Amino acid sequence: MNILRTLRDKPWLHPTAAATAAQYPGPDTTAAMRILLRFILAIVGVLFFLFIITFLARSQYPDFEALAGQPWQPFTDPSRLWFNTALLACASLAIQCGLGGTRAGKLNVTVAGISAAVFFTILFLVAQFDLWMHLQSMGFYIAGSPAASYFYLLTAIHGLHLIGGLVVLSNVVFRVWYDNNPQSLTAPLRLCTTYWHFLLGVWLVLFALLTSRPETINALAAMCGF
Amino acid sequence: MQNVAIADQPDHLHDPQTFITKYVYSQDHKVIAIQYGLTAVFVGLIALVLSGLMRLQLGFPDTFDFIDPSAYLQFVTMHGMIMVIYLLTALLLGGFGNYLIPLMVGARDMVFPFMNMLSYWFYLLSVIVLLASFFVPGGPTGAGWTLYPPQAILGGTPGYDWGIILMLASLAIFIVAFTMGGLNYVTTVLQARTHGMTLMRMPLTIWGIFTATVLGLLAFPALLVSAIMMMLDKTLGTSFFMPALVSLGENLDYSGGSPVLFQHLFWFFGHPEVYIVALPAFGMVSDVLATHARKNIFGYRMMVWAIVGIGGLSFFVWAHHMYVSGMDPKFGFFFATTTLIIAVPTAIKVYNWILTLYRGNIHLTVPMLFAIGFIFTFTHGGLTGLFLGNVTVDLPLSDTYFVVAHFHMVMGVSPIMVLFAAIYHWYPLMTGRMFNERLGKIHFWFTFLGTYAIYLPMHYLGFLGVPRRYFAMGSTDFIPESAQSLNASITISALIVGLSQLIFLYNVFWSLRHGKPAGHNPWGATSLEWQTPDVPPRHGNWGHDLPKVYRWAYDYSVPGAKDDFIPQNHPISAFEQTADQHEGHK
Repeated sequence: MNILRTLRDKPWLHPTAAATAAQYPGPDTTAAMRILLRFILAIVGVLFFLFIITFLARSQYPDFEALAGQPWQPFTDPSRLWFNTALLACASLAIQCGLGGTRAGKLNVTVAGISAAVFFTILFLVAQFDLWMHLQSMGFYIAGSPAASYFYLLTAIHGLHLIGGLVVLSNVVFRVWYDNNPQSLTAPLRLCTTYWHFLLGVWLVLFALLTSRPETINALAAMCGF
Repeated sequence: MQNVAIADQPDHLHDPQTFITKYVYSQDHKVIAIQYGLTAVFVGLIALVLSGLMRLQLGFPDTFDFIDPSAYLQFVTMHGMIMVIYLLTALLLGGFGNYLIPLMVGARDMVFPFMNMLSYWFYLLSVIVLLASFFVPGGPTGAGWTLYPPQAILGGTPGYDWGIILMLASLAIFIVAFTMGGLNYVTTVLQARTHGMTLMRMPLTIWGIFTATVLGLLAFPALLVSAIMMMLDKTLGTSFFMPALVSLGENLDYSGGSPVLFQHLFWFFGHPEVYIVALPAFGMVSDVLATHARKNIFGYRMMVWAIVGIGGLSFFVWAHHMYVSGMDPKFGFFFATTTLIIAVPTAIKVYNWILTLYRGNIHLTVPMLFAIGFIFTFTHGGLTGLFLGNVTVDLPLSDTYFVVAHFHMVMGVSPIMVLFAAIYHWYPLMTGRMFNERLGKIHFWFTFLGTYAIYLPMHYLGFLGVPRRYFAMGSTDFIPESAQSLNASITISALIVGLSQLIFLYNVFWSLRHGKPAGHNPWGATSLEWQTPDVPPRHGNWGHDLPKVYRWAYDYSVPGAKDDFIPQNHPISAFEQTADQHEGHK
């Protein structure tokens, strides 16, 4: 592995010429952004991982009732959640098309892709909010049961991350627009695309967890040692 | 990308002109570092005063009317939280991390300077929110720095209403600030190193700061998760951590939550936090020792491995803070084992520092005195850590003054010793002036001997069983009256040490105007930050051309060299080529 080879280096031996290149041009901003995104994904991943671990730990206390499994539970029939998932998947697909457009130099496809991605993302957020309202009307309040608390909490945190993504995406688009240089969109848009796919993945995990039946949750908790 | 980072351009293109852009809304890593540093020292002084007030109560009970039990608990809580998070983390990473990373790796600035500036402003906001809690009804929270539920948000605990909410909000803002700064530090270290600066040529300071930042980025989310969930328990009545309970005769609406879950989350952050503070200190002290002993650091590779190893292990020891929470003995055994394993890389580091000093040309300058002082305090604090890492020894000593003495020696005094060493060491670079040596030495002896006068007796009090966090001891059979005399003597020492910090502050401000001009590289150091064209370095750091690095950061007293140090950007001399050829022939 590269990092292990690096760590075996003996820097005190053989001072060497720095580089033959005339002048170091400074850091590569695109590569730096890529590293930045990797760290952001790691941090967001740890954040959700910890939430999920606490969910599994909390699920083993006697007052915990999963949101699916019994006819009166809201997610025994998760069709609304499937609909919302489809919206987010469309957003991911659209931003991927937009990226394909910038790579091929097709401005129309790019604009259509990004617009559709923003549209579907906002629609997903609205649909999630509507789902909150629906749950409240069914009597599942945030402080009502621990599983409901987790549902509101995790969807809120996930939604906030999407909103953060929208802010960054709009910043990227407006800067490209301002500079009138569509070619420069490819690199940042690729990073945004990765972020969108990542959040879709996180949502799928949350979806699976929050709509799991008690037996599944108990099995997962047992695997984690709770 | 159109948004070319500052690091790509020579300095004259974007030198800020007005006072506001130069010193307030600055994106220059050096200015941001000083902003971080001054803010951290400011809140640190508040925390120091709070500790003085606590000690007054403990040393001379029933003397000061304004310190009631609630106020005492609030002082304890705010002192701990400010010192650990808002002073040490902010000053070591936000302050020294910001100042030293670009200079030591040969960059013009952080890779994302705007985000770096935002990081400071968020930090300042978190400090303001934290300090605001002194002025809200009920005052700041008095839940102890660990903020354990359920008591943290229940009636009866000081500041259970406003104080705890502001504390949790302030922590969340701090985490956002740290994350923005931390992303910059890691990206700059990985991406903006100049030509020839391989990872293994970086000074240990950068290794320490880099590893600590990675730890912080991965550990602070645990604090964020616990802060968010506790905030919801407090404000919206959820039961993540709150069990069903009766408080002040009233049945509360909470049910079934788990306070121990909070403890796990908190310490999953809390233990790496120890190393977030310690690793930058390890790195900086290594550089100070090597420079002032005129000798290469002993076992550079081993030092790097130890830093990385300690960082990795620190995620597997958190539950040693929770031996008394009623955990399964098998877990206790596991965590005791991992805790003791950490002693191995840590001991390697201590031996390497001592072997760096061995037969070195030791200059007893002020930074060197503090660095040597650190080896003492850290060894003492570390050894008591071996006691407390064992479950059977920890159980009777838990929540006594022994624990207080241990963690103050290992993560209070020790990083502070390094911080002083670092401030005295890099002060000439930051200001262009030397500090007053005599005042610095007086400051050292007061601080070093004073801390022993404070914390050595505390170990003894802990063995007697004197509990921590108590407002007053009352009359207890197992605590002899003489313990009170010891407490009084500790208080007097603490006040003297606290006041002696005024010498340091006076020295810092006096030397700004009256110190001798430092000139280039007054310590004869090899690392890049001392090789800038201007002292203090100007915006953009390196003038027109970035430096090139030819060697590692520890070429001190190289046989055959003209001086007793060869800077990292010094091209290979003829004598080195000959030596290299000799090596090749062998």
